[in-house]
Amino acid sequence: MARQMTGAKMVVQALKDHGVDTIFGYPGGAVLPIYDEIFQQNDIRHILVRHEQAAVHMAEGYARSTGKPGCVLVTSGPGATNAVTGLTDALMDSIPLVVFSGQVPTFMIGTDGFQEADTVGITRPCTKHNWLVKESEKLAETIHQAFHVATSGRPGPVLIDIPKDVQFATGTYSEPKAARVDHYQPKVKGDLDAITKLVELIETAERPIFYTGGGVINSGTAASQLMCELVDATGFPITSTLMGLGAYPASGKNWLGMLGMHGLYEANLAMHGCDLMINLGARFDDRITGRVADFSPKSTKVHVDIDASSINKIVPVDLPIVGDVGHVLEDALKIWKSRGRKVNKEGLAKWWAKIEGWKKVNCLAYTNSEKTIKPQYALQRLEALTKGRDRYITTEVGQHQMWAAQFLGFDAPNRWMTSGGLGTMGYGFPASIGVQIAHPDALVINVAGEASWLMNMQEMGTATQFRTPVKQFILNNERLGMVRQWQQLLHGERYSHSWSESLPDFVKLAESFGWKGIRCEDPAELDDAIMEMLNYDGPVLFDCLVEKHENCFPMIPSGKPHNEMLLAADAEAFKSGATLV
Amino acid sequence: MAALNIKKGSTSHSAYDLRDFHSEVERSHTLAVLVDNEAGVLARVIGLFSGRGYNIDSLTVAEVDHKGHRSRITIVTRGTVAVIDQIKAQLGRIVPVHQVIDLTTESTPVERELALFKVSGTGDKRVEALRLADIFRANVVDSTLESFVFEITGTPEKIDAFAELMRPLGLCDVARTGVAALPRGV
Repeated sequence: MARQMTGAKMVVQALKDHGVDTIFGYPGGAVLPIYDEIFQQNDIRHILVRHEQAAVHMAEGYARSTGKPGCVLVTSGPGATNAVTGLTDALMDSIPLVVFSGQVPTFMIGTDGFQEADTVGITRPCTKHNWLVKESEKLAETIHQAFHVATSGRPGPVLIDIPKDVQFATGTYSEPKAARVDHYQPKVKGDLDAITKLVELIETAERPIFYTGGGVINSGTAASQLMCELVDATGFPITSTLMGLGAYPASGKNWLGMLGMHGLYEANLAMHGCDLMINLGARFDDRITGRVADFSPKSTKVHVDIDASSINKIVPVDLPIVGDVGHVLEDALKIWKSRGRKVNKEGLAKWWAKIEGWKKVNCLAYTNSEKTIKPQYALQRLEALTKGRDRYITTEVGQHQMWAAQFLGFDAPNRWMTSGGLGTMGYGFPASIGVQIAHPDALVINVAGEASWLMNMQEMGTATQFRTPVKQFILNNERLGMVRQWQQLLHGERYSHSWSESLPDFVKLAESFGWKGIRCEDPAELDDAIMEMLNYDGPVLFDCLVEKHENCFPMIPSGKPHNEMLLAADAEAFKSGATLV
Repeated sequence: MAALNIKKGSTSHSAYDLRDFHSEVERSHTLAVLVDNEAGVLARVIGLFSGRGYNIDSLTVAEVDHKGHRSRITIVTRGTVAVIDQIKAQLGRIVPVHQVIDLTTESTPVERELALFKVSGTGDKRVEALRLADIFRANVVDSTLESFVFEITGTPEKIDAFAELMRPLGLCDVARTGVAALPRGV
């Protein structure tokens, strides 16, 4: 049914029609008509942030923990430019977002008007697609297309720039189902001949490995279930990228742990030595491959990806399958079962024996201390004390992020939200608020470093205002730990600007926003302190003072292959000489 | 029975990919990109090339289907097999792009470019310019007592050759349209 309404009302109506219950935003001159409409309804909850970058990260947290697109509303000019980091982050990690920005009235565009910026120009390379809507008649259809583009194929952020006069003008509102979306229909079914070839490879491989990524999580929970079924039925080992953690349970028997630069020894050596690599929704990122020329030199590589441009981009593969991981896995399972569920049992037994040998290296070993809290120990205790609870973890970026990926186990998808591709410090805190908004009763913890956390600390007010009991678990080493680690290992121990000077008193800071603040620096008191955090009904800022010079191992220095990874024990002997990338 | 669906590089003559994916040899490719003629679509295509470090040797754009608001962008680019494949895949995922056609894989396409040359001079040089223009089937579209503007259509190579000949005869300005191309046959 076509109805007449203003552009501003169309925005709110379209959000309702797409089942949106929450929008993260910040008002300003160029979006006042939309805010006026938001004021006059109760279906969509608006979360007032303290900075637009945080609004986008909150929407990312919301999207990644629910599988639904996240929505953001910002004003023109600075509102839109502040959103750019979040948009880029979402593009790199393939997170579906629909972002609305206000714009100066159409007749002022190009005049350098107050709070004018070329928003579609600025955001063109950091969105999957964007639109400037110059007529209210086209607004409804554009919004429907935006939701379609953001969520189909490889998901990503989209932006709709709406001039203020278009928000005021009356136009015809069309329903979502009437929208023309036929021109963008990514292929989801994989080629059956190629999938049959994959099954043949599965049947004969001696040293296979599943290498899985964020694509499995983006494909939906069904894809994760199908993948677990195939992994368990074949008995193949499985490793995952940072983005894919949780798709296969960490408690599962075939789990090798994360791979890559700070991945587990057994996972990286299995990738290096395998004869069949099955890449499901991962993209051969440089943090995964190390030196590409020496990446898994003897394997037949299969790559399943919904984005054809991911295939052969970095590593040439033998069997490309363009399609949605869930659909491809469904077909692969069907074909594999119908052909008699064959695997090379003898080869697999030998392969697992080899992997067990690598596991004995115990690559995550560290020297614990009774005097200072080791960051690894802090995370081990957090893991032990939250075991069995349906727990959502976000992180900032740096050493703590890698330790969290190493020491926390995820048994379900959509429970782990971290900035992978872009590596955005300041992501985790707002993302944790977004997760909590989507799951009001869940336990949401942001594992943070003090430097990253400060980058979006203004959102403390948001957490207080909207009563999100987020737990900020800050591993405070008073250093930019990862930068310091590289400077120690690769820059002759010249620690250029990598310490956190003039830190606030985190407990007082917490209290000033009505939060609970906890400080802990004694390993003996850590358990009680963590329990105090978990049991408190409200936001907690946990200042966990940890060892200042702990390094994160294992580590593959940039430009080195997987089999030249550094363990904690090797680090002393390591001489600078790796390529710095 | 359905034919084997071999994705990259297959030709109508072979079911197998006969190209050397690891080849370091760069080759010029003419790509036709069919797009919705909407605001910013050219910026998206060009931004992809600059953002990912690819080269554009020539670019031609015009709306070819006024009713359907469809434009055809013809791009001449250069790269190894792997790079060209990547360019095509990246172009293919731009939302308003409907089709990416590599005109160089199957056979050499029909390629034409239009150019205008302003040549100034008097006496023998002027006569020689006119004589050469005749050989190249260039038309005189503007004339003064000291200058001609020639219009020439042909392959980029033919236009390059004409430019070389005109240079010593007083060539002072050139405007070229870039390549328009179609595949041969049906």
